[in-house]
Amino acid sequence: MSKELLKIENLKTSFRIKDDYYAAVDDVSLTVNKNELLAIVGESGCGKSALAFSIMGLHSRATIEGNILFKGKNIANLPPNDMNKFRGKDMGMIFQDPLTALNPLMIIGDQIGETLLLHNKNLSVNGRKVKVIELLKKVGIPRPEYTYNQFPHQLSGGMRQRVVIAMAIANNPELLIADEPTTALDVTIQSQILDLIKVLKEDSHAGIILITHDLGVVAEMADRVAVMYAGQIVEIADVYTIFENPLHPYTRSLLNSVPNSDETNSRLHVIQGVVPSLQNLPREGCRFSDRIPWVDSSFHEKNPVLHEVSPGHFVRCTCYKHFYFPHESKEEKQNVIS
Amino acid sequence: MSFLEVTDLKVHFPVKGGLFGRTVGHIKAVDGVSLSIEKGKTYGLVGESGSGKTTTGRAIIGLNNITSGKITFEGRDITNIRKVSKDIRKDVQMIFQDPYSSLNTKKRVIDIVAEPIRNYEKLTKAEETKRVQELMEQVGLSPESIYKYPHEFSGGQRQRIGIARAIALKPKLIIADEPVSALDVSVQAQVLNFMQDIQKELGLTYLFISHDLGVIKHMCDRIGIMYKGRYVEEGSPADIFNNPQHIYTKRLVAAIPDINPRNRAEHIKFRQEVRSEYEKSYDKYFNSEGLAYMLQPVSESHLVALPEKG
Repeated sequence: MSKELLKIENLKTSFRIKDDYYAAVDDVSLTVNKNELLAIVGESGCGKSALAFSIMGLHSRATIEGNILFKGKNIANLPPNDMNKFRGKDMGMIFQDPLTALNPLMIIGDQIGETLLLHNKNLSVNGRKVKVIELLKKVGIPRPEYTYNQFPHQLSGGMRQRVVIAMAIANNPELLIADEPTTALDVTIQSQILDLIKVLKEDSHAGIILITHDLGVVAEMADRVAVMYAGQIVEIADVYTIFENPLHPYTRSLLNSVPNSDETNSRLHVIQGVVPSLQNLPREGCRFSDRIPWVDSSFHEKNPVLHEVSPGHFVRCTCYKHFYFPHESKEEKQNVIS
Repeated sequence: MSFLEVTDLKVHFPVKGGLFGRTVGHIKAVDGVSLSIEKGKTYGLVGESGSGKTTTGRAIIGLNNITSGKITFEGRDITNIRKVSKDIRKDVQMIFQDPYSSLNTKKRVIDIVAEPIRNYEKLTKAEETKRVQELMEQVGLSPESIYKYPHEFSGGQRQRIGIARAIALKPKLIIADEPVSALDVSVQAQVLNFMQDIQKELGLTYLFISHDLGVIKHMCDRIGIMYKGRYVEEGSPADIFNNPQHIYTKRLVAAIPDINPRNRAEHIKFRQEVRSEYEKSYDKYFNSEGLAYMLQPVSESHLVALPEKG
């Protein structure tokens, strides 16, 4: 049995706007192994959530091309009924906003119990309750018997997110997708939820896809990192390589624009221009070229592809070889390369 | 005499209940906050959601009613800011958190930015247009864009429109309530750099409210940490980040993710130590209601909320 849990090949997810189709996810290929945490980073609008929704089959009106192989079976464009056998059982998802992910009119116990019931019809009512309470205990809810009968609005944000996690892991999924699980939470709660996800990974050896825009969270959690820009993966490597030897201009710019806690009052790096909207995406050439106009256009590839620069480290386009920050002198940069 | 001085500020919201909607209790959103800001400096107010940091900012500018306490601005009492002269009021402006909901979607940029100017000065149409165009240039947007509507701009650009409106009357103090929390990192960098630029250019003083300690450390000269409506610690960035004394501050600082993946294991260990210390010594740092004690000085710049005898 191979370690490979999920393999995505040339995935393209397009949405129809007026009469044309626009790809929000374009030519994405990646793999997730068992007991591995892959972080997907990017700014809003780069297609990271669209990618997660494509894997889970949650887009109702999108055209999905390419293959999504889950344990060797292609689950792209599966009819909803077939998909429901996977969803919630082998694949679980943690959503960003726990308040909208929960039904306000159902008690917590029934919401988690529903997931169990759907995939195991033989479970008795009592057996279900026992299991739900076990799950609530597992995600660190202090009084599970009491919380079982509470409604979502009676819980704090951190507790709600724990409930959402309990739902996602109810059937011991082999793949867990967490879409910005801590964005809506305070820092101290965030660290608790991240610790919980780490513990769950150690216990179940599941493969996890963690979607986030917070590079600090990535540094703490990830085994491997995929950086997305404008619907494409621009760089993918293990976490140490991404932080210590980033190559793609976008990855480097992103890392430079985070306020570094060691220097106060210094200038932050600003990426010129804006993330292009779906309709204005350049469909040809390097999609990042507009935002680094000081790099000569001849250095970009016509049809940028991912190049393997070292084992497991892929970078899109060749422009990284000639990239430098405008405040560095060009000569210095070239000395470093040679 | 400091530039802005807040003394023992309290903002309590009544809780209505019972048959006739009588006041049955109070929520103490801000409960005895004192702070002072020097001219040209940036003061950071940090806390988790519900800690009262936004309420403090809104109370200073008069958007929340003050229960008790005193606020002086350049030596003048502005506690009841809505009753003081207009000249003082225009010196204090606010930048709001969400650039998507703080701009009126049905108004053009020129009307949004000119609104404060119209309240205070009588300009002709041409003068006003010129003034707004200058402001737009100052915040790095093209002067032609004044006839556009907010939806035609990106998040970072919208936040700059919000800033243009805040600086339209040449204020002296700006209260920035989570100005970059709704923005992506690269756009956040843009807005933070820009706020530092105009601070130098116009000699502004900021009260910077945020929950993001990384941003606070980057921007601020002095930091106050709030918890449940009270201060738990106040000091310079070095005091707060390198030598936190209160257990709550320690926990907050420990919760910031470390950007270096090599430090991961150590960081987790450190965080667990802090967490168990937090649980053990909770009673030492908080009173029977779970609130912080009064601030006690531990060094010249550093104040910590500790029980009386220290």
